[in-house]
Amino acid sequence: MATLNVSYVTLTFGGLHALSSVNMEIGSGLITSVIGPNGAGKTSLLNCISGFYHPTSGEIQYNYQRLTKSSPHQVLKLGIARAFQNLELFRGLSVLDNLMLARHKNLQYGVLSAFAFFGKASRLEAENREHVEKVIDFMELEAYRKSVVGNLSYGVQKRVEVARALTLAPQLVLLDEPMAGMNIEEKEDMVRFIFDLKNEWDITIVLVEHDLGVVMDISDQIYVLDFGEVIGSGDAEQVSSNPKVIEAYIGEEE
Amino acid sequence: MENRDPLLEYSIPQLLRWRVNTSGERTALREKDFGRWMPYSWDQYYDYTRRAGLGLRELGFGKQDKIALISDNIPEMLFVAIGAQALGGISAGIYQTTLPDEIGQIIDSLDVTVVFCNDQEQVDKLLEVRDRIPNVKKVIYEDDRGMRSYKSDDWFMFIDDLYTLGDAAHQQDPALFEKLVDAGSPDDTCHFCLTSGTTGLPKGAMLSHRNYISMGLQLTEVDPLDQTDEYVSFLPFAWIGEQMNSFGVAMATGIAINFPESVETAMADLKEIGPHFMFGAPRIYETIRSQIWLKIDESYRFNKFCYNYFMKIGEKAANYRMTGKKMPLKLRFLAWLGKQVMFRPLINQIGFLRLRRAYTGGAALGPELFTFYQALGVNLKQIYGQTEIIGIAYMHRDGDVRPDTVGKPLPRTECKISESGEILSRSDSVTQGYYKQPEKTEELLEGGWLHSGDAGYIDENGHLVVIDRISDVMYNNRGEMFSPMYLENRLKFSPYIKEAVIFGDKKEYVAALINIDPIVVGKWAEDRGISFSTFMDLSAKPEVADLIYNEVVKINSNAEQEHFKIHRFAILYKLLDVDDGELTKTGKIRRKFVREKYADLYEALYDESVTEKAVEASYQYQDGQTTTVQTKIRFYTMEEKS
Repeated sequence: MATLNVSYVTLTFGGLHALSSVNMEIGSGLITSVIGPNGAGKTSLLNCISGFYHPTSGEIQYNYQRLTKSSPHQVLKLGIARAFQNLELFRGLSVLDNLMLARHKNLQYGVLSAFAFFGKASRLEAENREHVEKVIDFMELEAYRKSVVGNLSYGVQKRVEVARALTLAPQLVLLDEPMAGMNIEEKEDMVRFIFDLKNEWDITIVLVEHDLGVVMDISDQIYVLDFGEVIGSGDAEQVSSNPKVIEAYIGEEE
Repeated sequence: MENRDPLLEYSIPQLLRWRVNTSGERTALREKDFGRWMPYSWDQYYDYTRRAGLGLRELGFGKQDKIALISDNIPEMLFVAIGAQALGGISAGIYQTTLPDEIGQIIDSLDVTVVFCNDQEQVDKLLEVRDRIPNVKKVIYEDDRGMRSYKSDDWFMFIDDLYTLGDAAHQQDPALFEKLVDAGSPDDTCHFCLTSGTTGLPKGAMLSHRNYISMGLQLTEVDPLDQTDEYVSFLPFAWIGEQMNSFGVAMATGIAINFPESVETAMADLKEIGPHFMFGAPRIYETIRSQIWLKIDESYRFNKFCYNYFMKIGEKAANYRMTGKKMPLKLRFLAWLGKQVMFRPLINQIGFLRLRRAYTGGAALGPELFTFYQALGVNLKQIYGQTEIIGIAYMHRDGDVRPDTVGKPLPRTECKISESGEILSRSDSVTQGYYKQPEKTEELLEGGWLHSGDAGYIDENGHLVVIDRISDVMYNNRGEMFSPMYLENRLKFSPYIKEAVIFGDKKEYVAALINIDPIVVGKWAEDRGISFSTFMDLSAKPEVADLIYNEVVKINSNAEQEHFKIHRFAILYKLLDVDDGELTKTGKIRRKFVREKYADLYEALYDESVTEKAVEASYQYQDGQTTTVQTKIRFYTMEEKS
């Protein structure tokens, strides 16, 4: 059953076609990867889904709701969260503060209540903290809870970025290159987190990733983009034997 | 103090029940989970133990059956262990870092039938050797993360399901567990503690309830602990140093045990709890000191000035305090001031503010570390013992801390030095022997005394001094005993000396080959404008020789016995190295090999007419090529002859 439908989505910047007539069906509870060479339009696609860009034409539906014209916070409310390729964290705040802050949409108490920190305010903060702690436990960030994000290693910051997306309790996460710039050990950890997200938290995952080894290993379905067009799709085997994909990645034989 | 002897007549589960009856609501355990400290009262502790115990019984686990624990320190591990002990079973801890093959062998040799693991990592190791451990009927796991695909396999069991089994059994017969606990006797074996075997598999020391409880009682006879005191459990449970606290001290005194959130957060969690006593290997204390140094170094100038000033005062005061002497009034005032403005805030940052006593054991700790911690106001003391006597049998008393000794025996512990110089002990805490190894047991407990395998003597203050493993000690040609390792450690306590090899077996005097520390001595030379190129060049500098000469003079002046003094030494032109076969993988010196390899140097050390010798040094590079260099090596004779 598809939960996220991208149909005939075209995105143009002036004369440049970032995406042209892209069709995708992202199955519920699966890991769907989007791969492609640099500039193929992978991040543009994520931007369209998460509401940063609005497609020039075409439609995006999530659980039968149109996202095409939604703004990022509306998309978020539907249960789609996103981890950015270039970390979008407050570098001067602690890990815990970053994660607590990410849940501000759940904090609906007034100024007075906040001042007194009594009743609703303290209850909501406690609930939030409880949820954040579950995510910290899941992403194994216990040791960094009170560390300032800017002081952490890149690999850990990436984990915090994914954790930040998870604190919103999404049903679908968009992960934009969560393994870029990591060493093998950090990648293995991240793969395990992604697997556990799918298996234990039943979260649907859309993964944009350059490491083809990882993508082929863990994806249930793969879409290949090149110059804004889908040139191949299917499982790992189908994709890796698709001549168009081979051409896009290795180049045409003379 | 009230008479606590009756506690010796309890088994560990019985004592747990006694604690429930006397102070059931008090906190017994605390675990940090999801960022919060979750308390367990003694009541809950006993409840969980009952659920785990009866659950195990439903699985067919009974008297004399063995359960292995491969787990980080978590409350559930204690529930399962003590639950098993309540049935008359025996628990055994295996280090979490053990590799699958060895786990398989240990499980096989100890006849283990049930295994408790904390997470998937340990479960996977068992899965790898599953066909080699046919006697294991069940594997119980605590954390179900990533275990989804194992749920269909009934070899595995989630701990909650074990509890459910136990609850059902309890409902059927509410008196059952009490009956089982009553049936226990303090002299039953309750735990196998693995002792590191230098060759072959580790041996399982059979330890009884009384062993643990007696140790807890005797230790706290000297250093009393309160029910309100806190302890942080961060050492591996398979090590006796942790069990002696969880099984022995905690049961004997009712202190609370705190379990850190994860291994990585242990030090931060320690700071949050602020324990009243702690126990650790020397490495922990060394690490903490380095951290303090580093932070002070990064601090602003006024802080540094205060630290340096009060550190000097503190060290002076520490020397008075450690020996129990009375301080002059001025020093006492300055030490008090230093404590208030400098050291209390400082140790609060590490979580040591409430610490009444810190114990170190397992290996030698440099004397300057004792002075350092005592100066900070941390009461660091040496302990000595081994697995077979529940970790601690000898200990420094407050106000009588001498860095070169291990203190006096605990109450009701007898100590004797055998004719061959071996340390023998006798107490209620001595093991019943090694599991399924009667010959080894006979050797260990010959004549009713525990044979430590360590050489030592009792000094004029009644303190025990441990010299070395008895198999390693040497005798000079007058038959006087000395320990090469002990003397080498003395040399290595100097910052300029990285490695040293002591000779002198059946010789007239002690001699040493010394490796300078390239970093420290290199910096020292740079600061003095002494130019050098390679390590070999630096080692041969006459200024460096003077430096080392003075260090040896200092060490000789502190020698306890005349024949411990180093009479002649040479500075070696290369660092001793594992790849050259001079050191073992764990960094210990292969003495015989070194003596043969440097036979000409060895001879020259015992020929006082030689002052200089040309040697050919051959190196092997990593790619296998060798090269030979000509160099001269000088020999130095200390002026005062031993």
